[in-house]
Amino acid sequence: MSAVAPGLATSTVLQGSDSLRLSRRRSRVVRERVIESVLFLAALVSVFTTVGIVYILVKESVVFFQHVSLVSFLTDRQWTPLFDDAHFGIMVLLSGTLTSSAVALMIAIPLGTVIAIYLSEFAPFKLREVAKPFLELLGGVPTIVYGYFALVFVTPLLQRIYPDLPGFNLLAAGIVMGIMIIPYVSSISEDAMRAVPMSLREGSYAMGATRFQTATRVVVPAAFSGIASAYILGISRAVGETMILAIAAGMQPNLTFNPLEPAATITAYIVQVALGDLPHGSVGYQTIFAAGLTLMLFTLACNIAGHALRKRFRESY
Amino acid sequence: MLVGVLALMVGVLTFAALFANMALDGIGRLSWDFFTNFPSRRPAQAGILSAWVGSTLVMLTTAFFAVPLGVASGIYLEEYAAKSWVTDIIEINITNLAGVPSIVYGLLALGLFVYQFGLGQSILAAGLTLALLILPVVIVATREAIRSIPQGIREGAYALGATQWQVSKDHIIPYSMPGILTGVIIGMARAIGETAPIITIGALTFIAFLPPAPLKAEAPFVSFDWLFSPFTVMPIQMFNWTSRPEAAFHQNAAAAGFVLVLMTLAMNALAIWLRYRLRKGIEW
Repeated sequence: MSAVAPGLATSTVLQGSDSLRLSRRRSRVVRERVIESVLFLAALVSVFTTVGIVYILVKESVVFFQHVSLVSFLTDRQWTPLFDDAHFGIMVLLSGTLTSSAVALMIAIPLGTVIAIYLSEFAPFKLREVAKPFLELLGGVPTIVYGYFALVFVTPLLQRIYPDLPGFNLLAAGIVMGIMIIPYVSSISEDAMRAVPMSLREGSYAMGATRFQTATRVVVPAAFSGIASAYILGISRAVGETMILAIAAGMQPNLTFNPLEPAATITAYIVQVALGDLPHGSVGYQTIFAAGLTLMLFTLACNIAGHALRKRFRESY
Repeated sequence: MLVGVLALMVGVLTFAALFANMALDGIGRLSWDFFTNFPSRRPAQAGILSAWVGSTLVMLTTAFFAVPLGVASGIYLEEYAAKSWVTDIIEINITNLAGVPSIVYGLLALGLFVYQFGLGQSILAAGLTLALLILPVVIVATREAIRSIPQGIREGAYALGATQWQVSKDHIIPYSMPGILTGVIIGMARAIGETAPIITIGALTFIAFLPPAPLKAEAPFVSFDWLFSPFTVMPIQMFNWTSRPEAAFHQNAAAAGFVLVLMTLAMNALAIWLRYRLRKGIEW
């Protein structure tokens, strides 16, 4: 590219085919530059997406917080934004989100970790080649289908054990959500464990350790940063999950940490409002952006925590 | 060892139960009429015509935006970008975007596309939303595919006097095509099942008409009116049926879910197969 400048300076003294060649070369350089800028703009679209998300959420939330004080948003124990006597206590929705996520993680983390350890350290090659794509398929099932499954299959099943269980409850939704998250947890953890060098395992075997001891005391600690980031991804998936909860956990705001009760989550509330027709610009319309901002901050905190964990516990081989 | 097998079995069994449950409930409703009828108040006559047509059109729009943008971003980041703070920001940003809950994209679309750009609850707004949602998937797949191309191919092309764009266009893109395709299919399979962002932009759940046809008898023969038409998609139709109390509608939901699962499974299986071929077939 730096060849252009001298070419431009001398082009006036050149004759005939030389100047033609130079002008062709110049147009080629210009075209290359244009193409590079177009590609750069395409890459910037993702940055604009983030800027757009933050802009929209903050813009609408600012209007919302002019009506509702931040203190009452965080401390009010009721969430009744559409009533005459409106209360905006995000705690109510947050309790639903946290409870269902806790149930989901109690399923996904143990099962996902065990599957990862098994596939990485014990499973025969053939089984692994079949199991990995299968788990990916499990992760590819639309969440609305999981929601249907939670409502018409898992809830009736649980009602046989607890006959008092209501038709909408956080437990069934949480369990199905946990199963949905297993593939995310297991596949990232497994990648992390497989990245542990063979020599560590060989060293452990040489000391007389069994396969199980090697897996749990050498491989898992060595891969801890990767496993932790798999857990964090699982948490942010659970917190942001929408349709399973909107279908199977009900849409009634309920300040509870009991998974046997129905309760709305932040995401389910957004769906509920979007399904009705609230006028654009009303306080009810702005609540979903405030709720969305809370959600976004929560997942952002997860991502930062994951990043910090990975840095802190990174093992260097 | 045994525990591992058991844990794996939980996944397998759930999947089997889910699939069998849906198939048993829904299979009775699957018929030709189910695909050619509009939704109806009478469950036995309701069908998914407007839903699958809507899904197809939204997917077309999504692919139209997501594929060129994603591939171009991937090429820029791998082939052009110098190591600078701008590149770092773009990279960190893509990683973060992949972790943003899909419903937040819905809020973005509601505020930006529906109201600020005035697109309304249209196919275009939905397609753009899903395109942004799967953009990180396409970008990451493109970058991985490009990264696996040996440096020698680039050097050979440069040695023959090719420009950077000629190298990208004639060598990098064709060689990374199968990898890009895999990523695009996985992204589309995700987009077709996404419900939350589309509900958030306010798609209607009961649509008993089709968008205007893209082809017309008189000049100019093609019309893009369908981009601005109201619509519904498969997952929303299923959500609508699931949230009704009558059991007969649950059967419809199961049938629609069955079709949806078959579609996403087929797409994912195709992607997995492509990747498998890719890993085996390539010798540089």
